[in-house]
Amino acid sequence: MWNYSKKVLDHFQNPHNYGDMENPDAVAEVGSISCGDALRLALKIDKNTGRIIDAKFQTFGCGSAIASSSALTDMVKGKTLEEAMKITNEDIADYLGGLPKEKMHCSVMGKEALEAAVANYKGVKPEKKEEGRLVCHCFGITEEKIRKVAIENHLTTVDEITNYTKAGGGCGNCKPEIEEILADVWSKVKAAAPKVQPVASAVPKKLTNIQKMQMIQDVIEHEIKPSLQADGGSIELIDVEGNKVLVAMRGTCSVCMHSQTTIKGFVESKLREFVSPDITVEEV
Amino acid sequence: MNNIYMDNNATTMAAPEVVQEMMPFFADYYANPSSMHFFAGEVGKKVDSARQKIAALINADPVEIIITSCGTESDNTAIRGVLEANPDKKHIVTTRVEHPAVLNLCRYLSKRGYAVTELSVNHEGLLDVNELRNSLRDDTAIVSIMYANNETGVIFPVEEIGKIVKERGIPFHVDAVQAAGKIPLNMKTSAIDLLSISGHKLHAPKGIGMLYVRRGIKLRPFIIGGHQEFGRRAGTENVPYIIGLGKACELASQGMKEENGRVRKLRDKLENFILDNIKHTNRNGHPVMRLPNTSNVSFRHIEGEAILLSMSYLGISASSGSACTSGSLLPSHVLHAMGVPFDTVHGSIRFSLSRYNTEDEINYIIEKLPAVINRLRELSPFGKDGRSSAPSAS
Repeated sequence: MWNYSKKVLDHFQNPHNYGDMENPDAVAEVGSISCGDALRLALKIDKNTGRIIDAKFQTFGCGSAIASSSALTDMVKGKTLEEAMKITNEDIADYLGGLPKEKMHCSVMGKEALEAAVANYKGVKPEKKEEGRLVCHCFGITEEKIRKVAIENHLTTVDEITNYTKAGGGCGNCKPEIEEILADVWSKVKAAAPKVQPVASAVPKKLTNIQKMQMIQDVIEHEIKPSLQADGGSIELIDVEGNKVLVAMRGTCSVCMHSQTTIKGFVESKLREFVSPDITVEEV
Repeated sequence: MNNIYMDNNATTMAAPEVVQEMMPFFADYYANPSSMHFFAGEVGKKVDSARQKIAALINADPVEIIITSCGTESDNTAIRGVLEANPDKKHIVTTRVEHPAVLNLCRYLSKRGYAVTELSVNHEGLLDVNELRNSLRDDTAIVSIMYANNETGVIFPVEEIGKIVKERGIPFHVDAVQAAGKIPLNMKTSAIDLLSISGHKLHAPKGIGMLYVRRGIKLRPFIIGGHQEFGRRAGTENVPYIIGLGKACELASQGMKEENGRVRKLRDKLENFILDNIKHTNRNGHPVMRLPNTSNVSFRHIEGEAILLSMSYLGISASSGSACTSGSLLPSHVLHAMGVPFDTVHGSIRFSLSRYNTEDEINYIIEKLPAVINRLRELSPFGKDGRSSAPSAS
């Protein structure tokens, strides 16, 4: 049984804005019955103000797919197209009080439907799936989508990509390829970003405490730990107090005479590079 | 909220008689049966008597019973134990619709030097016995085939298969986790060499299972340590649970008639109602060659998890082959192997009954289910009749 929030269950039991719409100004259909979820979104748009005056959905899918669609229609109503396009899949999940991580792809589907509907309104032809290179053949997911969702949601592992896009969730043959794409995405982000705040610039919003902690954890897991483990050592994140990061050294690092150099010269500089330039690291 | 429990192929309620029988073995009769005192001897005798009851369910000798912790352990012990005892044989035959306990183990072994043949099934979930015959090789180490399928209830002709397998002198393992207690099993006349049973599928608690191993079958122990279970499965006996399994097997022998009579009638009443009164539905699996308690039906154009969640609000518990209910993103491998179209798999619901279900419960479901299905079809873009985007299923 998935651990659905009360809000997800409410929106599933009593969905808002469902059904067909007569003469919609914009429509989009994303997903497919074979993949297990599909969403049809219809919008009425005031031509003078560019405001969305009505939104309706029809969804084939699980509880969280229906709830995400319902949430999306609530969120876009009354917004201008420009405002609506700023809604991220994360926003949809937040609106619902969070989604189980394996169900994040439901919120991504909502975001996709919105983008497609707006494109439809503006007369842009919907992007054909064939245009991007197909990576996951089981669910028809392109490289482009993987890159986009990875950057938008700061995803660094193959499992996260699977949770958000389904890619890799079928036969699993494309997992190595997803890993390569991820490595490429994040090496480019690093290279392109200015020295002071590299990854922070990929995430435009100011970091909340939780986001910061997550990023610190991610950087330690993926950037720092592997290098230490190569020498038989390891590191554990103990706590974060403001910009002070408390860590414990493990394995050979815990008895190493140079551990202070490792902490200041390597761990701290990595965290400053990836998370925030104000970070200091201390051993406990 | 009322709880109408129709998910007995997932797990069953421990029978009150079973729980009652187990209770004294936690704090009163707690001695280790291997110890050398009268207290231990008393417990040992109770364990022996439970083993006899377990053996009686399948008409085997008590010494042919190995107690395990679950069905998965029984399957692993059988397959890996036989492979290790026959190191020169490198081929395994199984089916595409096995429980993950067998299927994933075989797929794991296929990456470690074993050739694995996965037999296919037809659209009703039945095996082709000729395909099986042709798959057997001189180096086939074991054939492992389930008695009855957990998702569809479809029964394989294991005795017919067993004869073919035994003609070639190959050990024959049967996962009877779903069949035990519903189909009479007689090891004295059977071609089966190894048979797995899980306690919690027949009203014993979770955490206990057993493996029948025919005398003379070469088997290396899977768990190594002490001398318990005739040296074939080490670890101090889980006494209360063994007692519980014994009682559950005794009750299962007595209840088999009811499973095939009253429970079957209830199942048929529910299934016929759905197929006759709710549009765009179909049965998955053979109508006759299947367990008396299982019904697998698809409600096309809507998704299984949404159906389960809606039913859950009404106090009805069932299961689905939909992708969204499993940890993986893929829908049921069983229905997929049967060639069931995707939209039909995603909307599949399994009702699995037990002797504790009543006619009133069936009537309640019959009363409530149509509205659940209608509501979800109203939400679905494929829900309306004649809509071009609604794919038709066979």
